[in-house]
Amino acid sequence: MDKQRGFAIVLTFLIMAFFWVLLSGIFDAFHLISGVICCLIVTLLSHDLLVKGESKKRLLKSIRLLFYIPWELWQIVLANIDVAYRVLHPKMPIDPRIIEFETTLRGEFSQVTLANSITLTPGTITILVEPERGKFLVHAIAKEPAEALLIDQTMQKKVAHVFMETGE
Amino acid sequence: MVIINIIVTILLGAGLFFTFVGSIGLLRFPDFYTRLHATGKCDTLGAGLIILGLLIYHFFHYSETPLIPAKLIFLIIFIFIANPTATHALMKAAYQIGIKPWKTGEKRE
Repeated sequence: MDKQRGFAIVLTFLIMAFFWVLLSGIFDAFHLISGVICCLIVTLLSHDLLVKGESKKRLLKSIRLLFYIPWELWQIVLANIDVAYRVLHPKMPIDPRIIEFETTLRGEFSQVTLANSITLTPGTITILVEPERGKFLVHAIAKEPAEALLIDQTMQKKVAHVFMETGE
Repeated sequence: MVIINIIVTILLGAGLFFTFVGSIGLLRFPDFYTRLHATGKCDTLGAGLIILGLLIYHFFHYSETPLIPAKLIFLIIFIFIANPTATHALMKAAYQIGIKPWKTGEKRE
């Protein structure tokens, strides 16, 4: 527990200090020292907000998340081309529906990642998430994106892989 | 420098195109939920591409202030996190109030 807390404090302080330097851009003694003091105060008050709960293999998860992001960016580009096609097509090929599915994801962060990924990828937006059962309510703009989410489940698998929550 | 300018122009043009398509979608789509599809996605990538273009332009033309591109990178990251979250919040609010989703074949508003 104490080790967890120490880790949270150090990580929060480092992030705060990094942001201070980035946003101030002035490197004389006065500004750096006041930065350190401010970061210390903020860290002591709110270190439990940023890093919370016990979590194993944080480094591995972060690295996997870094590999997940390029795939997600590509999906975002596809999503935009898809929306542009549907908007500009004279007949507007949309067929909206609401679908429901359950996942094995239970972690807070993994559910948020999946929800935001669904919103950004082609033709689907998350409406509701029930954290206890891992139930997602999704609005899909047409039949194909809904089926991609329900049948293929590529995204669920990828997120589960990143956060190492394969259900077992 | 010419190549940089061409890349920046392409990025700005693409960003402009997607933002524009988002606005058209907002006007053309039939109901609240489908309209959010247009704005939620196109605004994210459109704004991201425009900021990326500005970032590259600044980085190569005003290389004496490298902190500004770094700040712009963080701006992009925050937009990519905040925009889907806000879209989801709007969707959820509309769903809980009880706005009925439009189905194919119904009359348009």
